[in-house]
Amino acid sequence: MSTEARAQTFPAADWGGGVLPYRVGHRKLGMWLFIVSDSLTFSALLIGYAYLRASNVWPTPFPFYPSIVFSSVMTFCLLSSSLTMVFGVSASSRGDKAGARKWILATIFFGLAFIVLHLIEWNHLIGEGLRPFFLPEHWVKTFTTTDGIPPSPLFGATFFTITGLHMFHVFTGTIYLGVVAGRVKKLKHEDVEISGLYWHFVDLVWMFVFPLIYILSVDVGGHLAR
Amino acid sequence: MSAHVEEHFAGSNKLFTSIWAWLIGLTLIEIFLAYRPMPIRYMLTILMGLSIIKAALIVAYFMHMKFERLSLILTIVPMLVICICLLFVFFPDSFRSSGLRYKFKEPEPVAPKSVE
Repeated sequence: MSTEARAQTFPAADWGGGVLPYRVGHRKLGMWLFIVSDSLTFSALLIGYAYLRASNVWPTPFPFYPSIVFSSVMTFCLLSSSLTMVFGVSASSRGDKAGARKWILATIFFGLAFIVLHLIEWNHLIGEGLRPFFLPEHWVKTFTTTDGIPPSPLFGATFFTITGLHMFHVFTGTIYLGVVAGRVKKLKHEDVEISGLYWHFVDLVWMFVFPLIYILSVDVGGHLAR
Repeated sequence: MSAHVEEHFAGSNKLFTSIWAWLIGLTLIEIFLAYRPMPIRYMLTILMGLSIIKAALIVAYFMHMKFERLSLILTIVPMLVICICLLFVFFPDSFRSSGLRYKFKEPEPVAPKSVE
């Protein structure tokens, strides 16, 4: 009886050795555990941001253009890159290595588009005077409450840390996928799938960063005169 | 002998495309909501609800967890959810410290009563 068939028959004996109890290879399990620890890193950062936001006067400075338009297009890029990645993994599972490479290269293209758009968006904010520990003068003027409490200067710190760490993940992801695309003929299917797990995780994190950082900081009504 | 790992990747490209369309649709709802004036606690609840749905779609279909073995799901998901919920312990303190903030505006001086 093969190991696989034995495990099908005696699930209780899975932990006795000789079979893969989770039905995934050790590398894939390792990637899942990395994803768990990395989600805790991002959760801690986002909850730290929420803590600062709840205990301070918080500026809501993002205009429809460029910030919201750019971040929405960036979201579209990441979601589409996840779709092309899943097509790549699907092609790889059918043994279509050339197809897998093509889709992974499309994923890298969307990832790079995300990084370029994000850097342009950062450049807008830095040009306006936003720094990790200072707000632009006209933001302070606009968002100081009627009681005279100024907005928290930590806006820039949370913004640049969280989006910066996410951008770093996208950047390392494009390098990782570049290596996978280059060596796809030598790699096993599961290795391609593991790189997909990492990429989808980066997309997943953005699904929380985008609403918390961008959507909740929209300058509704355009209070900030530019 | 190395143990055989299942190589079949369940789910058709049509299914994945429809998941992508749902994710785009939910994102458009979020952007629309950004311009609806409402108290921040309702806004936060709706946005986080939508984000959790989106995350679940990505994990279940794109990351293929729906097709993994239950023992793997039970090893990874519950402990992550519990650890994230434990971080919420800080929030009562953030609401407290917002009340401790130094007020920059001087209180209005009380006009002295004229003694005549």
